[in-house]
Amino acid sequence: MNKRVLFETIRTLVAIGVALLLALIIIFSVSDEPGYALERFLLGPVTNLRNFGNVLEMAIPLIFTGLAISVMFMAKQFNLGAEGGFFFGAVGATALVLTFNLPPVILPVAAIIVGALAGGLGSALPAVLKARMGASELVSSLMMNFILFWLGLFIINNYFRDAMAGAMASHRFPDAAKLTRILPGTRLHFGIFIALAMVVVVYLFLYRSRWGYALRMVGLNIRFAEYSGINTKSVILYSQIIGGMIAGMGGTVELLGMYPRFTWFQLPGYGWDGVIVAIMARNNPLLVPVFAFFLAYLRIGADIMARVTDVPSEVVAIIQGVMIMLVTAERLLAGWRHRMVVKEKMKAAEAAEVEGGGVQHG
Amino acid sequence: MEEILAMKGITKVYPNGIVANKDVDFSVRKGEIHAIMGENGAGKSTLMKILFGMEQPEEGEIYYKGEKVILHSPNTAINYGIGMVHQHFMLVPSLTVAENMVLGVEPKKSSVLFDFEKAVQMTEEVSQKYNLAIDPKAIVEDLAVGKKQKLEILKALLRGAEVLILDEPTAVLTPQETKELFEELINLKNQGFTIIFISHKLKEIKQITDRLTILRNGRSMGIHETKAISEQEISRLMVGRDVVLKVDKQPATPGDVVIETKGLSYHDATGKPVVNQMSFRVRKGEIMGIAGVEGNGQGELVELITGLKKPSVGDIFIGGVPVKDLTVKEIRNLKTSHIPEDRMVYGVAAEGTIGENLISDRFDHPKYNGKLLQKVKSLISRSEELIKDYKVKCDGHTQQVNMLSGGNIQKVVVAREFSSDPKLIVADQPTRGIDVGSTEFIRRKLVELRDEGTAVLLVSADLNEVLELSDSLMVMYGGEIAAYFEDASQVDEMELGMYMLGLKTMEQHEMGGATGE
Repeated sequence: MNKRVLFETIRTLVAIGVALLLALIIIFSVSDEPGYALERFLLGPVTNLRNFGNVLEMAIPLIFTGLAISVMFMAKQFNLGAEGGFFFGAVGATALVLTFNLPPVILPVAAIIVGALAGGLGSALPAVLKARMGASELVSSLMMNFILFWLGLFIINNYFRDAMAGAMASHRFPDAAKLTRILPGTRLHFGIFIALAMVVVVYLFLYRSRWGYALRMVGLNIRFAEYSGINTKSVILYSQIIGGMIAGMGGTVELLGMYPRFTWFQLPGYGWDGVIVAIMARNNPLLVPVFAFFLAYLRIGADIMARVTDVPSEVVAIIQGVMIMLVTAERLLAGWRHRMVVKEKMKAAEAAEVEGGGVQHG
Repeated sequence: MEEILAMKGITKVYPNGIVANKDVDFSVRKGEIHAIMGENGAGKSTLMKILFGMEQPEEGEIYYKGEKVILHSPNTAINYGIGMVHQHFMLVPSLTVAENMVLGVEPKKSSVLFDFEKAVQMTEEVSQKYNLAIDPKAIVEDLAVGKKQKLEILKALLRGAEVLILDEPTAVLTPQETKELFEELINLKNQGFTIIFISHKLKEIKQITDRLTILRNGRSMGIHETKAISEQEISRLMVGRDVVLKVDKQPATPGDVVIETKGLSYHDATGKPVVNQMSFRVRKGEIMGIAGVEGNGQGELVELITGLKKPSVGDIFIGGVPVKDLTVKEIRNLKTSHIPEDRMVYGVAAEGTIGENLISDRFDHPKYNGKLLQKVKSLISRSEELIKDYKVKCDGHTQQVNMLSGGNIQKVVVAREFSSDPKLIVADQPTRGIDVGSTEFIRRKLVELRDEGTAVLLVSADLNEVLELSDSLMVMYGGEIAAYFEDASQVDEMELGMYMLGLKTMEQHEMGGATGE
């Protein structure tokens, strides 16, 4: 078990190393001032509080979508609906805070609950289709993202649009709905505590509850789960619905923490980033914040670099792509891992032989 | 005769940790028919996949015509002249015979377009040359199994194979087709081809092979001249179990009926009855063995009883409760335990820890759960207890299951299934492919549980095991009960063989009370 963790850690570090090396090569080949660009890229996020605040702000939605995807992937349900869930959760929250006049604390709490329900609703349809008819959740959840997006826009435009605003936007949120800023000089908000609390909740759910156990067993070997009497259909359902709910919470927290009104007229992209975070974290909720922070750091670093030098921030997209490919590439370092397995098995086989009293060689 | 091919010290470990071959030596002479024998899981197919370049060994060397070769891929093997006919055919069903023949080596018209006429001509040539008649323009999916196999052999020959590997070629054939195949193989042998023949059917081996290699548990039990070795000797080397393995057991004292089936039938996707009109009873404190050649409906019967499949017709009662419409969980709650035929497919989550695998049937039991969270401590201490009681050799409950040896993985399954205080145990091949120590341990446990009043339904392809453990005995053939013996100790092995092969079937009145309506 420990060897396996060690192996996976090394593999991730190798992937990150290779990707950064590639970034280095790109920066050196496109830039007239590569040293400065590199310095800004790697150290920019920590040179002042505002920049570092930006990293933490960005990590919040990534933690939520990373957790959402982790829960679904852990059950081997390849639902990519975190994007739609995130967006639709924010729509649901907007509807609530603009409709009901509730006191502070209660209003954001109610908004998060409604956001979670809206997000869960979005992933429920692919889940039901999978459990009932065996429809691929991958395809239906991807399509669902667009349905949720246009449905969300329809709702905002028709019921909550502020006609006085210059661009398309909802009415302003009441102050009671907003999440408090917690670090002066940054926009970092209370949502970070909610995100970290969710990390713990999801960890306890997956590793300490009976539902999480069933979910993990379905992910490891669904036939074993069926044979053991686990209700696999219900796992297929609740793993995806819970994933959608976490994404919806994330959308709500992001919206209420960072924006004065609903102004998203395209999908914000955090759902896809959640896939990256979950893959890097190997679906382990405790690692999700680590990689959410890492990804946010890369993004902010690239932004700073692009602002002050001649290197475009798209560099980071290349880095991301390379990292994901290397981490998901099962064959990367597979030879090394295989030798490890062989060694261990040979030891076990020899031990068994001694115990068997040498009858093996007839 | 010269050796055309030799493998030395081959060891293969799969990424999931299964040691399929360990230090195996193997050699074939030019122009012989050489059998590779062994039980399921003994490593026959793996050894041949290595020889055909489909798998890479961890250790060992391969020599072809005296030269050391490295077989990276089937293509390399084919270029050397090694061809393989797989158990599951590698054909494109919607294409014609000729098109399948030339797949990958297509003749071209003006070096671009596929030349179908040429392909037909090539097929006819090779089919005449080796006297294997086949219609080049027939669509593959319309062909009988025997013809498909012929096509696979021809495909290998067309690609210049001098050594032909056949993976359990007779498993899918009717007796007539088998006879034809054997004639063709002898014909090929006379033309100088070398044939490697994987099988576990003693009679066939005796009939057509010159030499044989026996594998057991991934290890070679030596190369033998077929004429010089008796069938008993072969089976002893294959199974390796007549060594001791006598289980001390007292006569059974059966009580009330625990499980009863009435007219139980199951039809597969094609509508064929795989289990047909089976009615039987197993009583408390009794081990009923089911003997039979594999694939005669035993697997389906087990899945029907344990709820993994639903019967087409008929009823099953466990402890008097009709279970036909119950879920797996509900059937387990009636104190039914199940040792599945394939432990890696159903028995364990191989990437899970030992602890996780030991609790899959009781993880949601109130005893191990608070309102929201599981009682981790009591789950762990239970797991540790089971590891100790069932002597699972491991580094602790957090070790991954696929790091264990086959015997220890099976002990994990058995520990879970035997420790839930079962009233009925359905044990399907409980000791297949595992070491002698674990086998003995599991058999003794089964008898112990019987003595404590559990009803045991034992399915095993290992006749020794069935005869050794069973109190009563049933033979399945073609999804039906071919014979029933109230007292298993009175059964003659030869007679049992007749029933297993379908040469004899008992009349209803001969079977006596336990199987009738």
